[in-house]
Amino acid sequence: MTGAQMIIEALKKERIEVIFGYPGGAVIDIYDELYKNPEIKHVLVRHEQGAAHAADGYARSTGKVGVVLVTSGPGSTNTVTGIATAYMDSIPIVVLTGQVPTKLIGNDAFQEVDTTGITRPITKHNFLIKRIEDLPKILKSAFYIASTGRPGPVVVDIPKDIQQAKGEFNYPDEIELRSYNPVYEPHVKQIEKAYSLLEQAERPVLLLGGGVISSGASPEAIKLAELLNLPVTMTLMGLGSFPGEHEQSLGMLGMHGTYYANMAVANCDVLLAVGARFDDRVTGKVDAFAPGAKIIHIDIDPTSIQKNVKVHVPIVADCKRALTRILEIVRRVKKPKRYWKERFKEWWEQIDIWRKRYPLSYKKDPNYIKPQFVIEKLYEFTKGEAIIATEVGQNQMWAAQYYKFKYPRTLITSGGLGTMGFGFPASIGAQIGNPDKLVIDVAGDGSIQMNIQELATAVEQKLPIKIIILNNGYLGMVRQWQGLFYGKRYSQVKFHILPDFVKLAEAYGAVGMKITRPEEVEPVLKKVLNMNSLVILDVHIASEENVFPMVPAGKSTTEMILV
Amino acid sequence: MEEKRHTLSVLVENTPGALARIAGLFSGRGFNIDSLCVAETLDLTLSHLTLVTHGDEFIVEQIIKQLRRLIDVYKVVNVTEEKKYVEREMALIKVRAEKEYREEIFRICEIFRCKIVDVSPRSYIIEVTGDREKLQAVIELLKPIGIKEIARTGTIAIKREKKSP
Ligand SMILES: Cc1ncc(C[n+]2csc(CCOP(=O)(O)OP(=O)(O)O)c2C)c(N)n1
Ligand SMILES: [Mg+2]
Repeated sequence: MTGAQMIIEALKKERIEVIFGYPGGAVIDIYDELYKNPEIKHVLVRHEQGAAHAADGYARSTGKVGVVLVTSGPGSTNTVTGIATAYMDSIPIVVLTGQVPTKLIGNDAFQEVDTTGITRPITKHNFLIKRIEDLPKILKSAFYIASTGRPGPVVVDIPKDIQQAKGEFNYPDEIELRSYNPVYEPHVKQIEKAYSLLEQAERPVLLLGGGVISSGASPEAIKLAELLNLPVTMTLMGLGSFPGEHEQSLGMLGMHGTYYANMAVANCDVLLAVGARFDDRVTGKVDAFAPGAKIIHIDIDPTSIQKNVKVHVPIVADCKRALTRILEIVRRVKKPKRYWKERFKEWWEQIDIWRKRYPLSYKKDPNYIKPQFVIEKLYEFTKGEAIIATEVGQNQMWAAQYYKFKYPRTLITSGGLGTMGFGFPASIGAQIGNPDKLVIDVAGDGSIQMNIQELATAVEQKLPIKIIILNNGYLGMVRQWQGLFYGKRYSQVKFHILPDFVKLAEAYGAVGMKITRPEEVEPVLKKVLNMNSLVILDVHIASEENVFPMVPAGKSTTEMILV
Repeated sequence: MEEKRHTLSVLVENTPGALARIAGLFSGRGFNIDSLCVAETLDLTLSHLTLVTHGDEFIVEQIIKQLRRLIDVYKVVNVTEEKKYVEREMALIKVRAEKEYREEIFRICEIFRCKIVDVSPRSYIIEVTGDREKLQAVIELLKPIGIKEIARTGTIAIKREKKSP
């Protein structure tokens, strides 16, 4: 069997149904095999960055591994932003890159780049294959590493002569790597300590991050919160792990989190953080973060623990298993629900005061479309059942604040890297992975132009994605910072030329619509959501609207700008 | 918090990228490497790396965890924490050796048990092995005579076995 055939066979063994890619000289042998194996669907993108984001969106929305196939040199470098995006958010993708023949490596051959060198700091692991004998085992390892422990992207760089070489295909069913042994099961002692802290708590908060979603721990988190009557807040990556409309949900915390979530965390005495990594956008000024709290931190990655904040009870484990173990104690101890209700009654009264004092809100205006209103209506009309991808900037934060994510894997957003141009290609992957779901990209006029070429991909694949551009004619989030902290010196954030998005959609064979008046929002949005084709809805919003609340960078989370 | 010197003993898979991964981890995360020694072990599929770094307790904890997180890293031991370990470094020192200095050089070599491994009319090459302090002492003593060149290995270390069972 040739190396190229082995790659296809490995994909079949891994039950990969779809790959995202773009051909070129260094992978032409693999594409030749794909031609002969139509059962593996290949989505031909228009730019390799799109392939990486699409595979990522597929992975985020389905929980399966996303696969990318690109050529050497520029094909591989074009995936770099996509790989880094997946790395920062711990998303399992496997990127297969072609490479020049082994004997040319290091010669500055045509379309040669040091792919493993470039991607080393942005992958969980990467491989350069030098011998055909290693190919099956390395492919198996790549899928195994990407999808286990703390998930992440893995790159496999495959020289052209290896693709053509013949060898034996012995693909292991299972693999063990002596130097890679993720810990899943928590330490019993630590679990007991965690429970006893919760039992002693008077003002607890449960903080859920992206790890809850990737480990499928949402049911356990909900159970624990409900049994113990815990207030729940989420990071951007954790949204959806706990229903946004649940009465115990305080919504998102951090820089653009709710007033009450930030106040609750700042005043809690026990913080149970699950699958969150205390990013600076969450903590604000670290010294002032949850200053009076004993922190319990559950995370599968030991490096996340004690990295940014001091933790009292570290628990290295899979979030789902750790929560399951805590729940076992809760059930064993058998304190009635009433007990916990009573116990945290005062705490909840305080939280409700905060909730009433500063609910999430915005000023209505009869003359301008408010972006928050658009997202509210989007939530109402989709009943929270849609998958929402976002771009980056204000659009992303409004989506996070006003769409009350009900389920895990329904928010597809670049949290860690904040990659503009992520949302649309990611929604291609999400729609392919979820053909029966409504997939919406909440976009900004800047971000959408960063991977706009993928319109051709989406139309070609007949994907009925809805792109809602919250068009403010600005790089809005940067303008907001300039407005608040740089004396309104709006430096290079205004687009004097924007494409006509309606015509642009039409040019690609999609539907384009535009609205400018508040009264158009409801009828047009309803109509768009019911259409069975790709639609760009260009929503002209109040151009200088800001995202609030806001914790200025480096400030304590209680120092919020509220309106 | 107090910054201390730590010697880490690291076993890694003997793969082409492993060393680059470790070096990249240190530069990418802003950790210090004071010295780094790599050599094969009895098991040819593993390399042994001795890495000297410094930092406060939290940084060193992060360094160790980050090293363990690398897929190619098999084992990390902070030998400094083990207390009982043997640490050695070797230096080759080319020193001026005109007639009038030779006696002094011989004396230093004798006290520190150094070897003279190469002799030419105007210079000697001295081999010295020991811990850092010893090497530093020899270097300080030879400096006034005139050191022309030094090559040092960096530290290697190994844990002592327990004396009683
Ligand atoms: C690739 C990339 N370049 C630059 C930035 C910095 N950045 C963050 S938000 C933003 C503005 C985004 O503008 P737009 O897409 O119109 O969204 P808005 O904030 O207006 O909703 C910029 C430039 C980024 N996050 N990603
Ligand atoms: Mg904008």
